Amino acid sequence: MSALEQEGVSVTSVRPGRQEALGVEIPTRKRRPVSLPLRRPGRRFRRLISPLVVLILWQLTHTFKLISELKLPPPSELTTTGWNLIAHPIPAYGSLQGALVISTQRFAVGFFFGAVVALILATAAGLSRVGEAAIDPLVQGLRTIPLFGLIPVFLVMFGIGDLPKILIVALAASVPLYLNTYAGIRSIDGKLFELGRVLGLARGELLRNVVIPGALPQALVGLRQSLGAAWLALVVAEQINANSGLGFMIIQAATFLRNDIIFVVLLVYTILGLITDWIVRRMERRALAWRPDLVAQ
Amino acid sequence: MSAATRDAAVVAERTQLVAGTRVVDVRGLGRAFAGRSVLQGIDLQVNAGEIVALIGRSGSGKSTLLRILAGLDAEFTGGVEVNGRVAVAFQDARLLPWRRVRENVALGLRNDDRNAVAEKELREVGLGDHLRSWPLTLSGGEAQRVSLARALVRDPNLMLLDEPFGALDALTRLEMHELVLALWKRRRPAILLVTHDVDEALALADRVVLLADGRIAHQERVVLDRPRQRENHDLVEKRIRLLTELGVHEKGAVL
Repeated sequence: MSALEQEGVSVTSVRPGRQEALGVEIPTRKRRPVSLPLRRPGRRFRRLISPLVVLILWQLTHTFKLISELKLPPPSELTTTGWNLIAHPIPAYGSLQGALVISTQRFAVGFFFGAVVALILATAAGLSRVGEAAIDPLVQGLRTIPLFGLIPVFLVMFGIGDLPKILIVALAASVPLYLNTYAGIRSIDGKLFELGRVLGLARGELLRNVVIPGALPQALVGLRQSLGAAWLALVVAEQINANSGLGFMIIQAATFLRNDIIFVVLLVYTILGLITDWIVRRMERRALAWRPDLVAQ
Repeated sequence: MSAATRDAAVVAERTQLVAGTRVVDVRGLGRAFAGRSVLQGIDLQVNAGEIVALIGRSGSGKSTLLRILAGLDAEFTGGVEVNGRVAVAFQDARLLPWRRVRENVALGLRNDDRNAVAEKELREVGLGDHLRSWPLTLSGGEAQRVSLARALVRDPNLMLLDEPFGALDALTRLEMHELVLALWKRRRPAILLVTHDVDEALALADRVVLLADGRIAHQERVVLDRPRQRENHDLVEKRIRLLTELGVHEKGAVL
């Protein structure tokens, strides 16, 4: 991870003059003054200080008996609970790693199908007027449906198996990805399509050289939003009608007033979210290497 | 041999060389936008290897004419014939920012040695050190060189240049003029240069065609060796004539 990203600076701003000169418009996200922090060894750890302080305070609430450990179990207890869920699982919850595998599978399958459908629809809507007229109103409509309101509907339609959860995840993933990819394609400067005509580019060449790279910055923003929405959808879907998975573990724990288990599972969700976010960041750095502020590094 | 006879000999040789090969043949061309006529009754022929400058004020229709010749605008009336390979360079260099310089030049080429060909062309425009650069890191002049290389790599019979030096500073522009002339001497494509700069037109062109209100209002033939001296008596006279036709009366003013 670059020093910039550690500082939480979104490294995507472009000098405005240059993009005009090249006849392209680049969607700029957060634009912050980039005071380049040189990579100093202390910097990486400096960012760990405040989380550590919070952890210590949290532990102290237990040491000084400020809050009941039933309500807020201290970090030390969570470690034990987590280890027990892995090494000595009991039937009421199942093992943490088992739940993790099941949830990850639902997420992966749902996200994959949601993303593929979103990309196909966005490309069709972005590149043709007919496609736009046919597809966009449907997706815009879909966007306004409260997703979690569909969970009971899916329960009736598909039961409590994997399918309804995968569908919810797919829906949650597809909407932001569609919207951003579509907007990304539409934001490509028409002059570049004109260039394609002048150079006699075939359809595939135009797609590969103009459409995909042109829409990619915005599509990656959508990808991040999609990942967030999909994890959230999975948590909710698994809590309402499931007999396995991380969400099911939370519901079981709530029944037995085991807040420590709930905390452990939430922590696992957080780690999963961080991992997927990290993957997208890596993709962004590779795919957006042409931007001058990244080139300069 | 006097200068005049030598010039005449050069022209005669060139004319012989290209006899019968018209790259552009436009007859009675018209174009209207929403009922408003932008071009009318345009007759224009460009011979192989000839440099023609198309000048005019903003809105005179010169860019529209170039777009029609480039095949980007088909909503015209009249006859337009363009023979051979055509390449275009735009005012904004119009590079794909997400492709490296070499890939930009090789874009759309289908041969196996496309990268090698692109590299050779980039060396010819003096950018051999920038093969792997990203376009957004280039200066305006460098970006235009890439754009020229991308046009030349297609080995065109006709190069359409749409004010390609308009956004450059004066010194860079002069360098680009030299570069274009050097490349032209080696390859001899016909060039149709759209510009609003009378000096640029007179420095480069065999023929200056002046457009006003969508018609060809005036033509000047320039029979002088290049590079040309701006102070050359003949050029000064032509400059004044062209500027007068454009409605400017100060001597030597640039539009």
